[in-house]
This record gives sequence, C-alpha cells and structure tokens, in this order.
Amino acid sequence: MTDAAMSEDNTPKELEAALEKAPETEAVKALPIKVRATDVNVFYGDNHALKDVTIDIPEHRVTAFIGPSGCGKSTFLRCINRMNDTIDICRIEGKIEIDDRDIYDRSIDVVQLRAKVGMVFQKPNPFPKSIYDNIAYGPRIHGMVAGKTDTDEMVEASLKRAGLWAEVKDRLAQPGTSLSGGQQQRLCIARAIAVSPQVILMDEPCSALDPIATARIEELIDELRRNFTIVIVTHSMQQAARVSQKTAFFHLGVLVEQGNTEQIFTNPVDKRTQDYITGRFG
Amino acid sequence: MNSLILVAVLLLLSAIGYQFGRKRALAGTGGEIRGLHSLPGYYGAYVALWCALPALLVIAIWLSAQGGIVDSLLIAGLPASAQTLSTGELSLLLSDIRNLASGDITSRTPSPMVLAAAERYNDLRSTGFAAMVVVGLALGMAGFFFGWRAINPEFRARPRVERIVHWALIVASAIAILTTIGIVMSLLFESIRFFSRVSPVEFLFGLNWSPQTALRAEQVGSTGAFGAVPIFAGTFLITIIAMLVAVPVGLFSAIYMAEYASPRFRAIIKPILEILAGIPTVVYGFFAALTIAPFFRGFGESIGLDVASESALAAGVVMGIMIIPFVSSLSDDVINAVPQSLRDGSFAMGATHSETIRQVIIPAALPGIVGSVLLATSRAIGETMIVVMAAGLASNLTANPLEAVTTVTVQIVTLLVGDQEFDSSKTLAAFALGLVLFVITLCLNVIALSVVRKYREKYD
Ligand SMILES: Nc1ncnc2c1ncn2[C@@H]1O[C@H](COP(=O)(O)OP(=O)(O)O)[C@@H](O)[C@H]1O
Ligand SMILES: [Mg+2]
Repeated sequence: MTDAAMSEDNTPKELEAALEKAPETEAVKALPIKVRATDVNVFYGDNHALKDVTIDIPEHRVTAFIGPSGCGKSTFLRCINRMNDTIDICRIEGKIEIDDRDIYDRSIDVVQLRAKVGMVFQKPNPFPKSIYDNIAYGPRIHGMVAGKTDTDEMVEASLKRAGLWAEVKDRLAQPGTSLSGGQQQRLCIARAIAVSPQVILMDEPCSALDPIATARIEELIDELRRNFTIVIVTHSMQQAARVSQKTAFFHLGVLVEQGNTEQIFTNPVDKRTQDYITGRFG
Repeated sequence: MNSLILVAVLLLLSAIGYQFGRKRALAGTGGEIRGLHSLPGYYGAYVALWCALPALLVIAIWLSAQGGIVDSLLIAGLPASAQTLSTGELSLLLSDIRNLASGDITSRTPSPMVLAAAERYNDLRSTGFAAMVVVGLALGMAGFFFGWRAINPEFRARPRVERIVHWALIVASAIAILTTIGIVMSLLFESIRFFSRVSPVEFLFGLNWSPQTALRAEQVGSTGAFGAVPIFAGTFLITIIAMLVAVPVGLFSAIYMAEYASPRFRAIIKPILEILAGIPTVVYGFFAALTIAPFFRGFGESIGLDVASESALAAGVVMGIMIIPFVSSLSDDVINAVPQSLRDGSFAMGATHSETIRQVIIPAALPGIVGSVLLATSRAIGETMIVVMAAGLASNLTANPLEAVTTVTVQIVTLLVGDQEFDSSKTLAAFALGLVLFVITLCLNVIALSVVRKYREKYD
C-alpha cells in the first residue's frame, strides 16, 4: 500500500458526519464493529484470569481498557493477537472475531493474524538492529517489500506516520536502542504500522515515558485512529479520557462496564466503576 | 621432623595464651563481659597471636637460611686442597658429606677428610637446631608475657586482632598474585635466555623445527633448528578443526535448549552436558588415540584416502567434542539473558519462532556468543593431554587434516619430559613456546571477557 492510500481516511463520510452531530453513545453504536469478543474465558493453569468477557470494539476508534492492575487487561489484549499462544499454561475459551472471522479457528494462520493485528508493548523493545532494519523487519518477513527502493519508501512512510522521520532521517543506520525512550516507543509504533495492520494493540505504551513523550504519543494515537482501530490499555484514567472514544472497565477478571468514554467518566452505572474513577481503589 | 615438634609446642603455648588472655581480661572486670572493651575471645586471640606469630616467623626464616650458612661454614672448615675444587666437584663432595652424615651410601669409599667433615656437618646442624629451639621458645614466651601484660579491661584488643586478620588476608592475596607474576617472569627470563641463542626472527618465522641438539660436538645434526612455524600451524589446524566441531554443535544445542526444549528435557540434558565437561582430558586422549583415530584411518582406507594414524583430524574432532559444553553452556546463558520483551516484539510482528531466533535472538546474543567461542578457542589452544596422546610428534607444515601434525603443547611436553639439562637451547625452547602460548591465550581471554562484559552492560 502506498503512503497516499494509507493516509486516506477510510471512514465513510456519512458516518463521520453522523459522529459529529449525534450524541457520542449513538455514534459508537453506529460504527462498524472491528473486533467482537463473546464470552471469553482465560485460564492460566488453575487461575481463572478472565470471566465471560463480551465486548465490541468499533472500527477507527480508540478503545481504552482501564482497571486496577492484575484485573486481566493485558490478558484480554493479548487474546486479540493470540500472543497468549506463546504461554504454555494459558487456555482460552469463547470466541473472538475480527471482521466476523473467528481468529481461534483452525483455518487461521497466526502469522497472518499478527500481521493484521499489531502490538506495542509497555516497555519500548526495539530489536538489536538499526532503526532502518527495525522498521523493515515486519515487511521483510511477510514478503511485503521487494528490492531496496521499495523498502526505503516503506521505511520512510512508516516513520513519517509515526512522527519520527524528521528526528531520525539522518541516522537510520544507528541502532534502535540509541534513541530516547519516547523515540524508541514511536519506533515500535512505526514498526507495527509498517506491516499495514488493521488493529493496533497498545499495552500501557506510555507507562515508561516522561510527560512530554507521553503527550507526543497520545497525539500520535489520535492521528492513527483515522487509519487503524486502536485498543489501548492504560492505568491512567486521564489518558483514557483524553485519547479514547470507548472505555471498558475491568475488575478481578470481569468486564464490569463498557461504553462511551464520556459516559463512563461522567456517569458510570456500576458502583465499582464509580469507586475506581473517583480513586477509591486501585 | 624435630622442627615440627617445636612448631607444635609453640601452637600449644599460644593455645594456653588464648585461655590466659581471656581469663585476665575477665578477671579485670570481675567476670563482667560488658565491662570489657572487646569480647573476651579477642583478648585471648591477642595473646595467642603475640605468642605464635613472631616465633613462627623467626623459625621460618631460620630454616630457610640454615642450609646455606651450614654449607659455607663446612666449606670454610675443609682443608686447603678442597677449597680449590671447581663448583661441580665441590657440590659433589658436599653431597657425599651430607649423605655420609645422614647414614646413606656414598658414591665412593669415604676418605678421612670426608669422614671428619661429615662429623663436623652433624655437629653444626645439631648446634643450629638447638639454637633455633632456644630462640623460638624464648620468643614464644616473651610474646606470651608481653601480650598478657598488656591486657586490661580498657585495652582495645578487637581493632588490633582485626588488623592482623586484615593483613593476613592481604598476604594471602599477595601470594596468589606474586606466584602468577613469578611464573610469568620465569617464562620471560628463560625465553630471553633462549632468544640470546636463537634469534626471535628464526623462532617466529623459521619453517624448520628439529630441536634435537647433540650432546657431543662431532655428532650429526648437532645444531638443531628452531623455526616454530610448523608447530604454530599445527596448533592452528587442530584448533580450527576443533572449533568446526564445537561451534555448530555447541551453538545449536544451546539454541535448542534455550528456545525449544521443554523444562523437563532441559533438566535432563543440561547435567549431561556438564558431565561431558567433567571428563578428564586424559580419557578424551585415549578415546582419540584408540577409537577415533583408527576409525578415521579405516574409513579413509575404505574410500581410498591415506589417513595418518595420528591425524590432525582425529585429535581436532575429539578436542572439539571436549569443548562443546563450554560453547553450549555459555551460549545457553547468553541466549537466556536476551530479554523476553524482544521475543514478544518479534512474535507480535508475526515472525515465526525460527525467524525470531535467526533475526532477533542471535543478533542480540551475538557478542556473548563470540565471547564464549573465544574462551573455548583459548581452551583448545592450551589443551595438552588429547594432543599428546592423539597428535603427532614430528613437525609437519601442512594444511591437510589427514596428515599428522604437532602442536605447541605437545612440543613443550616432549622437550621437557625425561632427563634434561636445563641449559640447552632445546629445553629453553620450551619456555619460548610456553611464552607464545601464554600471550595468545591471554589475548583471547581478555578480548572474550571484554566482549562479554560489554554485552552484559547492554541489557542489565
Ligand atoms: N504469563 C502468565 N502466567 C501466569 N499467570 C499470568 C500470566 N500473565 C498474567 N497472569 C495472571 O493473570 C491475571 C491478570 O494479569 P494481567 O492481564 O497481566 O493484568 P493487568 O494487565 O490488568 O495488570 C493476574 O492474576 C496474573 O497473575
Ligand atoms: Mg498489564
């Protein structure tokens, strides 16, 4: 996919307009569903970590998962790109569909799934390679680029979209680890979007960063949602309120409440959500 | 033997000193430990140390000096005719006298002069010993008394005793360092002596190695040739073969253990590899000489190749097997040290396990792997027993692994085994070879360790 095609807004014009006018709750409901989870249960050995989670994740929106630590936010996020497959003791029940196809179906190749669902981790984890090779890694293993010019274009486009191009264009051959923490995290985002995924999962992407780098990433997330569906785990409620349109509150492995971000933060229905948002626990 | 009894007496004295020191300290406060500056044991130790240390030190010096002093007194007492003897004859005479004095058989029937001298020798020795006993015991008693006198409840025994312990630790580590320096120095000086006879240029670049020097001047081939290139080349060849075996096998087994093996399999296979590292090298040696070498020879014959029975191939392969555990266990450690977050990052990009290993894990672990390979190489270069048993003796400048070659370590062994005069170029050549070996392995170790350290800094 070329840079021009990628930056084009995929959201239908009418929907965008509806979003502007209608109350936020209605808008979220009206959007097409990208990821749909139904009765998901996750076990780590005997530990029942997620209980009957059912949620719809709307396309081209940012969905935030909040909740006290250990409540299963990361676990659920890792179900969406099947990263839990790498953990031997982990067992998953229920159904997760992306574009109405069950991702745990036998016919699904996990390699292709992960090309479609990118992930950014809590701690920036650039590979021990140059900045250039970090970006080119995904496209190369998926055979998405042929030849040097192709790769060059792809690297430049990805870095531009992650807002990192200006800072690194003269030092592409330097190791990824030579960048600052915030730059490393944007490199990881650029690396994820280089394979043109449809969904990007972010697990507390700013928790290791300073406020300025955090603000930079939040801006980036807001830009990226035009082209991607984003799911972000965060322990900061302010961050959830700032970047997301939909919020889901988890507690002790249970999805307690979900809905329009504004509604969750101003008018929560469940007592536990109220307590968490007003800082009574967690 | 008698000096041992003296030492035992002194130790007993200091044990008594310990008790006396304790008692005196406690007596000073009427048995109240809290009135003392230090715990009672420190007062005891203070007296015990004063009692034993000076006396033992003097005895040690006395014993090491006595032999020389007695000898020179003995020579001074010999008749004038003996005074003019050459050094060699004099030392022969002296050993005759000593043997006679201790009641052993002498090399010739003793002359009256020798008999008299033997008697004198015994006299001198017993006088010396008696003097040593007196001085030693006197010092012990004096120390005892001095230490005991100093003790009162305010006396600060603890810092003093601890300072002595502190010094003892310094002395112990100094001994370790000094012996190392001593070994290196002796290598260096003997090598310098060698290089005053054979030019370093010839040694380092000469192509002909035949160190046999004749005892008599008119003998054929009396000069000897000390061009060490064939032995360096032989060492190099065998090391290369060993690394060709050890690096792939060690690395792959490390990757398997770190990335694929189930914890249960790992728990079984790791100790087995460690057993491989614990096999004495001499066992590997006869495995090479009796099993592998004939096997290669027979196999070569069956396909029409001429394999020497002490081929470089056999020695190198067995040496490679020996160092597999070094490569695999060190590489296993560095691969395990690669952070899980890098694996997750790669999997999340949709990479398969083998792509992740090849493109992320190995590059991340590479400095550590290089370090472990260098350490293993330096082991291979210095390895002696396997090559002594399985490699050849004759120097042979060849790159053909099917022929017999010799190595630096083998040559050092053959140059020094058996009766040797420690003055000939032949024996001195062993020191020069040892020096080269030392320099090479030292460099390899320094490089390997700095590479490994640099790697550690990156991820901790
Ligand atoms: N790899 C794992 N192995 C075993 N248990 C795990 C693992 N990861 C998470 N858990 C357990 O699952 C529960 C949810 O953890 P997690 O999803 O990491 O919570 P959160 O991200 O909300 O802090 C916790 O009880 C945790 O102990
Ligand atoms: Mg988490």
